[in-house]
Amino acid sequence: MDKLHVKLQVNGKPVEALVEPRLLLIHFLREELGLTGPHIGCETSHCGACTVDIGGRSVKSCTVFTAQANGAEITTIEGIEGADGGLHALQEMFREHHGLQCGFCTPGMITRAWRLLEENPDPSEAEIRQGMAGNLCRCTGYQNIVKAIRAAADARQAQQEAAE
Amino acid sequence: MTEQSPVDLDRAEKLQGLGCRRKRVEDARFTQGKGNYVDDMKLKGMLFGDFVRSPYAHARVKSIDAEAAKALPGVVAVLTADDLRPLNLHWMPTLAGDKQMVLADGKVLYQGQEVAFVIAENRYIAADAVDLVEVEYEALPVVTDPFKALADDAPVLREDIADQKEGAHGPRRHPNHIFTWEQGDKAATEAVLAGAEVVAEEMIYYHRTHPCPLETCGCVASMDKVNGKLTLWGTFQAPHAVRTVASLISGIAEHNIRVVSPDIGGGFGNKVGVYPGYICAVVASIVTGVPVKWVEDRMDNLMTTAFARDYWMQGKIAATKDGRITGLWCHVTADHGGFDACADPTKFPAGFFNICTGSYDIPTAWLAVDGVYTNKAPGGVAYRCSFRVTEASYFIERMVDILAIKLGMDPVELRLKNFIRKDQFPYQSALGWEYDSGDYHTAMEKALAAVDYAGLRREQAERLDAFKRGETRKLIGIGVSFFTEIVGAGPVKNCDILGLGMFDSCEIRIHPTGSAIARLGTISQGQGHATTFAQILASEIGIPADAITVEEGDTDTAPYGLGTYGSRSTPVAGAATAMAGRKIRAKAQMIAAYLLEVHDDDIEWDIDRFVVKGAPERFKTMTEIAFAAYNQAIPGLEPGLEAVSYYDPPNMTYPFGAYVCVMEIDVDTGETEIRRFYALDDCGTRINPMIIEGQVHGGLTEALAIAMGQEIAYDENGNVMTATLMDFFMPTAVETPTWETDHTVTPSPHHPIGAKGVGESPNVGGVSAFSNAVNDAFRPFGLTHAQMPHDHWRIWRTAQQLGLHG
Ligand code: FES
Ligand code: FES
Repeated sequence: MDKLHVKLQVNGKPVEALVEPRLLLIHFLREELGLTGPHIGCETSHCGACTVDIGGRSVKSCTVFTAQANGAEITTIEGIEGADGGLHALQEMFREHHGLQCGFCTPGMITRAWRLLEENPDPSEAEIRQGMAGNLCRCTGYQNIVKAIRAAADARQAQQEAAE
Repeated sequence: MTEQSPVDLDRAEKLQGLGCRRKRVEDARFTQGKGNYVDDMKLKGMLFGDFVRSPYAHARVKSIDAEAAKALPGVVAVLTADDLRPLNLHWMPTLAGDKQMVLADGKVLYQGQEVAFVIAENRYIAADAVDLVEVEYEALPVVTDPFKALADDAPVLREDIADQKEGAHGPRRHPNHIFTWEQGDKAATEAVLAGAEVVAEEMIYYHRTHPCPLETCGCVASMDKVNGKLTLWGTFQAPHAVRTVASLISGIAEHNIRVVSPDIGGGFGNKVGVYPGYICAVVASIVTGVPVKWVEDRMDNLMTTAFARDYWMQGKIAATKDGRITGLWCHVTADHGGFDACADPTKFPAGFFNICTGSYDIPTAWLAVDGVYTNKAPGGVAYRCSFRVTEASYFIERMVDILAIKLGMDPVELRLKNFIRKDQFPYQSALGWEYDSGDYHTAMEKALAAVDYAGLRREQAERLDAFKRGETRKLIGIGVSFFTEIVGAGPVKNCDILGLGMFDSCEIRIHPTGSAIARLGTISQGQGHATTFAQILASEIGIPADAITVEEGDTDTAPYGLGTYGSRSTPVAGAATAMAGRKIRAKAQMIAAYLLEVHDDDIEWDIDRFVVKGAPERFKTMTEIAFAAYNQAIPGLEPGLEAVSYYDPPNMTYPFGAYVCVMEIDVDTGETEIRRFYALDDCGTRINPMIIEGQVHGGLTEALAIAMGQEIAYDENGNVMTATLMDFFMPTAVETPTWETDHTVTPSPHHPIGAKGVGESPNVGGVSAFSNAVNDAFRPFGLTHAQMPHDHWRIWRTAQQLGLHG
């Protein structure tokens, strides 16, 4: 199989590689780039554990070929951090509100929530639940995840108001 | 208790000990994507293994041709049963005293069964090679119904033991029969039934489902040929037991095996057993000399590793006319699939199903369970439950509701009338358990008041009238369940797995500067052990929880323990932690007495220090004592400050709770909406309320899934109909309601800190509450019992059968 040349940005860094056409993005990220934050829970685009951000959209990286991401800007959980390089408000609030247990869904959850708050900085509970419906969690029952995301939205707003 | 001054309270608070909502120490890592799960591992030269699986549920394997696969570049080897036979690893023992094929040995017994193991440079090549292995099958008649499996003319599934009249659990009466397990007094129970004023009878099916943790099962095996050491990393809920089993079946000395459970992405029982993938990865690493990874995909997971439930429960319950329960009769036909791989303590082939008298004072009872082979995957694990307790609790909670219908009584009134009273504890049940403690009436009444039960019933009646007048198409169902669990297995005198007593352990080392490390025989899969066990210790030894590292899962460093499942970590390892802490404190007392130049008895413990009685200004803090343990020669004492405790619990613990579910049901679409769910749990002493609530939320969500649609379904040819997350119901944030939690506290009298365990209660109590709500909605139309799962279609069909569609 002829390999394809891909060039993309991952977490702000340029990446170039020769990849098999069939190589899934999740495997490229995890196995070639060592970004093991995004996980594999189903490989059929149901669970969302593999969620990454591609060019401003939440995407399940188990159903994207690496070649399709050529030229894209990708953010994984490894690229999400607070202004000071510490925990991002979402990460902080997931901890504060016990929004995770085994942690397996967490990177996908936070990556999705990160985009959700960009799309809708002030979501209602129903909007959060709807906006997170592509990400499954087996441990938490979602209640504290919803709380954490709402709290992060508040924290973001407070930050922005302070900055203004 | 003496009153504490504000200064004392401040000191106590700083410890972050028992009872506080301590934030989890695990989370900073996980939220940043820095967890270390087994599939994250990448070792030098590591190969990847994958299975050729049977498309048939029952077939003879005529031939396997792996030549084309082996010729594919990047393929290193293909293993079949013939390769494993010389090592005697083509079969393996199961936890239930049966044996299971590692790779198909002449035939296959269920769809997805492992036939050959391909080892290749990466997962893509392995998948290609799997397709190239040619297997010739001869299809055989399939049985997926356990009742048909026991018919005279049923096909014989297990030809290897067809003639064996005696199984691991007594006589077998049919080639497809595994065991009969009997408890209680049959003659007395039948006499009660015969003379009873009222008898209710029902067949209750608890369908087959699957724990389906978000991370599937997997491992990395690495055999170092130079030093002869095997390291096995994997998703193991019981790493020490895996090491012992690996040693026994491979012949590698146990000290040469190191088993490590890294971070685990949820277990719920799925990761207790030993699977062919582990054995094949180990053999592959021995054969190739490099590390080999095996990680199942979701389809493999749902089709082959560890199903749960699949119990057909025939019940009869006897009562007086005014609702006093006098007897309970139960016969279970248990579908175990192709091999008996249940994960139960050895002497309990149906787990603790004999807790099926529930929370009620039932004087006479009898129970028999028949295990049966069918052409389905093996398993029978405790999916977020303690060894068949969920099935037992579902059975009795449905039977009580069904009896209430027969008596024309309110189901809650019937429960209150029959609860074991507070003054009856410790209570001896008719089926052999000693319940440690409980206060059921208080819990139930608190729940009723919280939801305004009488008000709910009024609203339900009004809705029913409106429905009958044609003003609405929605009914209200109110489901109440009151469960008693039995967890914390268990006393070594009657609980073992493969001969290993079910104690657990904790080892503590206090460092000279007053911080500490504790290692346990358990392993967290999301329960937050690193957080809560440090809290137990903080309260016992006065070192802040933040200064205590908790480590689990590495058999080279942790003390031996039986692992984490069946809600046993807090009852057993939590007790070991408290006991080890007390040993530390006992030595610390001697050190402090020496430093303070007083007699041991002249000082007393006060939060984080020993104080001279009557002279509170004279004290030694734990930090000072720790340092002294390492820098002073104290007459009669060894240097250092360490302790280990192996805790053999004197009894199980019996958490309980009262759950109420209010459900809206659309009779035309079968759609349901959980309007309210109230869960009161009593798990004894509460270590970390935040974590308890999180466990309850998660367990209720799993219960919701199971009750309302989650199932492993087979067609009559043994094809798995629900092998992807497309068909296997997993609720999202949208279907999941907001849960209300509440509690009472009835400590366990025999546990060192009174804790009982909580992780599984919500699954045990939740399923019955949902199912009772569905059934309750249709009670006015003559429904006695509708089988789970209550998906939209089945609810619609119930409404249809009751003539509600006009
Ligand atoms: S692994 Fe991509 S959605 Fe599940
Ligand atoms: S925290 Fe375990 S799957 Fe979400």
